[in-house]
Amino acid sequence: MAKTYNAGVKEYRETYWMPDYTPKDTDLLACFKITPQPGVAREEAAAAVAAESSTGTWTTVWTDLLTDLDHYKGRAYAIEDVPGDDERFYAFIAYPIDLFEEGSVVNVFTSLVGNVFGFKAVRALRLEDVRFPIAYVMTCNGPPHGIQVERDVMNKYGRPLLGCTIKPKLGLSAKNYGRAVYECLRGGLDFTKDDENVNSQPFMRWRQRFDFVMEAIDKAERETGERKGHYLNVTAPTPDEMFKRAEYAKEIGAPIIMHDYITGGWCANTGLAQWCRDNGVLLHIHRAMHAVIDRHPHHGIHFRVLAKLLRLSGGDHLHTGTVVGKLEGDRAATLGWIDLLRESYVEEDRSRGIFFDQDWGAMPGVFAVASGGIHVWHMPALLAIFGDDAVLQFGGGTLGHPWGNAAGAAANRVALEACVEARNQGRAIEKEGKEVLTAAAAHSPELKAAMETWKEIKFEFDTVDKLDVAHK
Amino acid sequence: MSEMQDYQSSLEDASSRKFETFSYLPAMSPEGIRQQVEFIVSKGWNPAIEHTEPENAFDHYWYMWKLPMFGETDVDTILAEAEACHQAHPDNHVRLIGYDNYAQSQGAAMVIYRGTPV
Repeated sequence: MAKTYNAGVKEYRETYWMPDYTPKDTDLLACFKITPQPGVAREEAAAAVAAESSTGTWTTVWTDLLTDLDHYKGRAYAIEDVPGDDERFYAFIAYPIDLFEEGSVVNVFTSLVGNVFGFKAVRALRLEDVRFPIAYVMTCNGPPHGIQVERDVMNKYGRPLLGCTIKPKLGLSAKNYGRAVYECLRGGLDFTKDDENVNSQPFMRWRQRFDFVMEAIDKAERETGERKGHYLNVTAPTPDEMFKRAEYAKEIGAPIIMHDYITGGWCANTGLAQWCRDNGVLLHIHRAMHAVIDRHPHHGIHFRVLAKLLRLSGGDHLHTGTVVGKLEGDRAATLGWIDLLRESYVEEDRSRGIFFDQDWGAMPGVFAVASGGIHVWHMPALLAIFGDDAVLQFGGGTLGHPWGNAAGAAANRVALEACVEARNQGRAIEKEGKEVLTAAAAHSPELKAAMETWKEIKFEFDTVDKLDVAHK
Repeated sequence: MSEMQDYQSSLEDASSRKFETFSYLPAMSPEGIRQQVEFIVSKGWNPAIEHTEPENAFDHYWYMWKLPMFGETDVDTILAEAEACHQAHPDNHVRLIGYDNYAQSQGAAMVIYRGTPV
């Protein structure tokens, strides 16, 4: 029987709380951590989030009856306690796939994290995880190349790749900047990187930077006989300008370019990723602004969601935190999201913060990038944590070497190779790291000097955003 | 603190040329080579041997020594093939590869006999 129109405000739970609903394989599933307003029932708050992130508005409107809202609505289908937190709870919401434009992370997140995050019925809201159905994954372009293709193109096998962000991050002239790049690459790094702050400022316009850096790459390749690259940052004020810089990078033969996917925007990023696949240029992704969104444990979007988003939008590398360096990152949670970047199927695992099985089908994997405050003494732990499919980026840990960048690069390369060799021999690399590095330093004065300079520095601040664990 | 040293590397000096994984370590000992072969076998990868003149080492394609040893798990057999390739081409780089057919990539690739730099 057809419904009748009754104007006014209805309780959300009458429509959007469906505890008996079994999610479909094609549904997009989301887990929110909700901090409700005092006095609001859990079911009502969960239903309100489902409504506001899908078909609902605050009052009934007659045009609701011109469509089948029961087909399109988001469904809050489960509620769970948050371990160690009596105030908040997890709400699980299923969205029908028809709600979202194909291949558009922009559209998905405009719904999921749109108005609902300012909604008065909740005091705070955090998107903890999203299960993208394989049917949706297949509509996305994804990484332009992926791990396997990049290894073949760059001829790097059986070890993590090594990079370095050029410093000082602001103020160098293009020619001096190219010098710093050249020194790093001739010393044994695979890649160097533009700092994310470097776009095209008056002190160094992009065009001269690209030219001098390319000369540095060419010479380092001829000198070392190895394939090299530098992430030329094409992040720009407008998409047209971004593509102009990308075209020029391709024209001069640069193997890899770079984009900041949050400040640059997901529309620009998805377009650039498609361009990169069409043009055979690798794409490194930086994540400036992520901590604004992902660091607070009660509000925002968890980084594992931002990582999944990037894999769908497209990128061949993504910064993930280091676990051991100067920046935030819990070990188990980090292992969870690097799996989400690299593996083809990831199972639900609450001990790593993963709330849903995630099937990526044939979508290529993304290299995890560990960058920030790391140096040779961290190498054994980094190899143990990240394995081979990672780029380990030592900025200060290369450029801060007392003999300069080439020596710093060589020190890192020797340390990495010594650790990989030892791991392959079956040695417990984290436990025996000091012996492995000390033995390697016996034939590498550069490594010896690096080990003297940094002397087992550690960064032992506790993480702010921890996994939720029981407190009683 | 150690005294500053110049970084020795140039276009002119052919010994500056590297050849990817493990080329920044000293040449591998026979025991070291055996351990890496054991690693490849333990991972279930298919061992293979390739070689090249050092001046052509930058090329993606080196010369295959016979075919990859699909399913070969006997470490001595694999070492004997590497040794035979080295004897036949003593001035060439000889590379040991572990093909990971699931990843459709090389799980390991390393020069185990270093050629004569030219």
